[in-house]
Amino acid sequence: MPHSVSPEADGSNAIAEEPMVDAPANDQGTDDDVTMGETNALPAATDGEDKKDVKLEDLFADVESDDEFPSSRPVKDEFSSSPAAAASPMDGTVPLKASDPELLRMFYQRFFPWRYLFQWLNHSPTPTNDFVHREFAFTLQSDIYLRYQAFPSSDLLRKDVLRQLPTRFEIGPVYTTNPRDRKTLRNSSAFKPLAKELCFDIDLTDYDDIRTCCDKANICGRCWQFITMAIKVVDVALREDFGFKHIMWVYSGRRGAHAWVCDKKARTMDDQKRRAVAGYLEVIRGGAQSGKKVNVWRPLHPHLSRSLKILAPHFESDVLESQDPWADSSRAEHLLSLLPDKALNESLRKKWDSSPGRASSSKWADIDALAKSGASKNLDAVALRDAKQDVVLEYTYPRLDIEVSKKLNHLLKSPFVVHPGTGRVCVPIDTRQLEDFDPLGVPTVQGLLEEIDSWTGGESKEEAGDGDEKEKSKSNLQDWEKTSLKPYVEYFRGFVNTLMKDERDPKVKRERDESDAMEF
Amino acid sequence: MLRQDSSRIDPKRRNVLDHRKTQFASPTYKETQYPHRLNFYETPPTADITLEQFEQWAIDRLRVLAELEACSFRNKSQVETAAHMKPLLEKYLPLESNTSSSSKLSAERQKDHYSHFILRLAFSSTEDLRRRFSRVESTLFRLRLDEDNMRERNAFIQSLNLDWEPVTEDERNKYLPELTATRGLKKGGDDETWYKVDWERVPDLVESRRVFLKAGKAFVPSKELPSMVIAEYTKRLDRALELTARALPRLDEDDRLTPILDHLSKNFVTPDASYSSSTSTVPGAEITARNVDNLSSHFPLCMQHLHRSLRRDAHLKHFGRLQYTLFLKGIGLNLEECLVFWRSSFHKITDDTFNKEYRYNVRHSYGDVGGDSNRRGGGYSPFSCQKILTEHPPGPGEAHGCPYRHFNLENLTALLQQTGVSDPSVLRGVKEDKDNQKFHMACNRVFEYVHKNELKKAKDESIMTSAQLETIVHPNEYFKRSFLLKNLGKVNTGGDDVKMEGYN
Repeated sequence: MPHSVSPEADGSNAIAEEPMVDAPANDQGTDDDVTMGETNALPAATDGEDKKDVKLEDLFADVESDDEFPSSRPVKDEFSSSPAAAASPMDGTVPLKASDPELLRMFYQRFFPWRYLFQWLNHSPTPTNDFVHREFAFTLQSDIYLRYQAFPSSDLLRKDVLRQLPTRFEIGPVYTTNPRDRKTLRNSSAFKPLAKELCFDIDLTDYDDIRTCCDKANICGRCWQFITMAIKVVDVALREDFGFKHIMWVYSGRRGAHAWVCDKKARTMDDQKRRAVAGYLEVIRGGAQSGKKVNVWRPLHPHLSRSLKILAPHFESDVLESQDPWADSSRAEHLLSLLPDKALNESLRKKWDSSPGRASSSKWADIDALAKSGASKNLDAVALRDAKQDVVLEYTYPRLDIEVSKKLNHLLKSPFVVHPGTGRVCVPIDTRQLEDFDPLGVPTVQGLLEEIDSWTGGESKEEAGDGDEKEKSKSNLQDWEKTSLKPYVEYFRGFVNTLMKDERDPKVKRERDESDAMEF
Repeated sequence: MLRQDSSRIDPKRRNVLDHRKTQFASPTYKETQYPHRLNFYETPPTADITLEQFEQWAIDRLRVLAELEACSFRNKSQVETAAHMKPLLEKYLPLESNTSSSSKLSAERQKDHYSHFILRLAFSSTEDLRRRFSRVESTLFRLRLDEDNMRERNAFIQSLNLDWEPVTEDERNKYLPELTATRGLKKGGDDETWYKVDWERVPDLVESRRVFLKAGKAFVPSKELPSMVIAEYTKRLDRALELTARALPRLDEDDRLTPILDHLSKNFVTPDASYSSSTSTVPGAEITARNVDNLSSHFPLCMQHLHRSLRRDAHLKHFGRLQYTLFLKGIGLNLEECLVFWRSSFHKITDDTFNKEYRYNVRHSYGDVGGDSNRRGGGYSPFSCQKILTEHPPGPGEAHGCPYRHFNLENLTALLQQTGVSDPSVLRGVKEDKDNQKFHMACNRVFEYVHKNELKKAKDESIMTSAQLETIVHPNEYFKRSFLLKNLGKVNTGGDDVKMEGYN
């Protein structure tokens, strides 16, 4: 929720930061009402805001009782690892909400790759300020939003997450001091963000005026193609133009993707530089009323001509064929409004009106066909070509939520957390197999628990191996290795390892020491 | 800046001096001569000046800077600013070029040099002052750099010794198609030379895609050199201001300079913050959630558009909500009413969603929640036109911003016609204003058209002073004036004129 909580809006958490009393898990389990809705969370949320004059204990008592979702009983039954219970989801039990605390506890305990997350943020095996001064923000079950959490080690982070069971958590910048100590500083300006990965956020809702298959929070394989092309364009620009190497793309769990650029150079950029990168990549500008959204100079900047080359095939297949964006006449009218020649537009309109339901690809071809046939006497061929390029860009070029990238202190959801709405895990996207990524096939937290319960120790056909060794390796396996989460965690591990290797490089290390020395 | 008597140092011992001391000792020689018209203000002045000069020079420079800032608030283009500033600069802070052979060359440059450093002292104390000082000083520097003649400018840039690596012939041939695809170059670009620098040094060129990037290096055409110089100037000034701020507490000063410096910085108040709610409330208006629909006829176009979008979609995106909430706060809608307003406007969502996702932000805008400083300051102040025009241009699906700027002409005309402005001459005027990027003028033009009868009456009966009728640069002022005019006679207009911005 990049917009709903601005980095300055730190109010609601002031007191909520105090450790909450660890809620005994199932003491209200007698209530069998599984249909609990989000309404339950409401009183707690408001209480959290009014906290100024509420006593701490009262407040938390309230939160706690709310925290106790009445559905905990069935959960317990289902996931107590007895093999019989594992079958229960199939036989008609109401499916669990992804934010169910028990489900989350299992997930954080058994699947979340804490070690690699730590190494990713810490850039070294032993805790450094990169991790210790890093802000985490938790969204609790009761929708209280806790900012400025920080942890001395990966283990303590894990412990606290298991204690509070946030529905998700976000990662913020590394600060000059431990974020928990920020109020003890003599002057508040000494508490400043120093570094954070450069982030990008692409969200399919921003494509609502050009996608025809879904809208709002819904996605399908067809509109996911927009994200695929966006990743291609942004990734290549970041690597080739800016020279960044460590770029990780993460599925946001529902309808978009995040990029984390982790190079040291990227992490230490100030707001002005972040704005520059964001501006460099931003092409679609303007609101619903601004008409033409693409206004670029000619000759096209090398970044744009390259992007156009990448996007052109997608435009043919994923937009014209699959989205059919100009099927109905009001949308076709928008296309005409982007073309420069009035006379040509007139004849196009006539032609399309006479054959309703003409496919977008034919309409697109009509433009050139009619232009050649001389529908307009003084046609400016160059202007038309440019306008057509602009149309391609408007319908394919990445639509970035630019605010996320501009600010050093913007928080972004951590990889591998569970999206509370869909239950899907925010897994990294392997850009080498970008086209194969299926957002709807991503492991869900519910699915993972089923997988682990039905896991029996590998495929039976490989039974022939040395029995002893097999037994050993089996017991050494981490839980995530037994599920469909495996490839994603492995990809993340590989990414983190190359990143750490680069940071260990003596040259880079010296640089870091120097900059540390300068701060003091 | 006052040098202790150097005579105490034995000339023979000079070489063993700490290098930091030599660093401070050397300017004595450097600053007596100003080979270039422009100055990076790297070395502080060390000569003696009188207290009167100290104050007078500072005030003169301050006048120039204040006017420059006003230009940027009025959204003047670079050319207009230059034209506007010319007489002022000649009067208060003249700087002749080397070719002018003026006898006062050195004195002018000395004044420029000293006044800069005096104001640096005065404006380094708070972050806000530093930021504004650096912004206007950069504008001034840009202005002067632009009007400098080619040869002197190049000589000056050469003298800076900035380490820019020229692009080799090989690289040039390799990337020629990409290099020539940068904006505004002459065909072929054969006689163009390029410099290769880390892209971080030219963020503004990168942001507007005016340079070719390859593996983190920006290829900057020589015509963009001034912009790099300005960026470098701002960077160094920012750093120097930071250092000055840190040294300030240790300024071993009696009561001669400190009062002057204090006085100077107070004369440079933030114009943006001066829109206080006490001057904005309108007597006689019923400002309640229920009444917003009625009041909206007095809203400027940006707010009318937000209101219409809200009524149409029962929703507004983040920046739209922010802009509109603050405006409503500015016209005197209190927090409870404002929450009622948003709750009833977002009628498609549940109470739960509203409380979870929107309530907090509204309260935050009013300073009801949030950090200490937010609560003490009563939340944010309503956005001025300046802010709306320059910050956060609307993206897809967003309705905030200034319609005169962010709409295309057809949509703007359509919106104006929907709000009852269909006079062709007004629409033509709006188009011209828009083309000339004078968005204020367009808005004021519409205001004058909509209120022409009342304005005439007000002028004839001299109900409102001319100060009350000057150009509107704040949406809340638009509302206030509109409401008062439409209710002439019904309510007392109140004598005090509202100071929206300015440096007086």
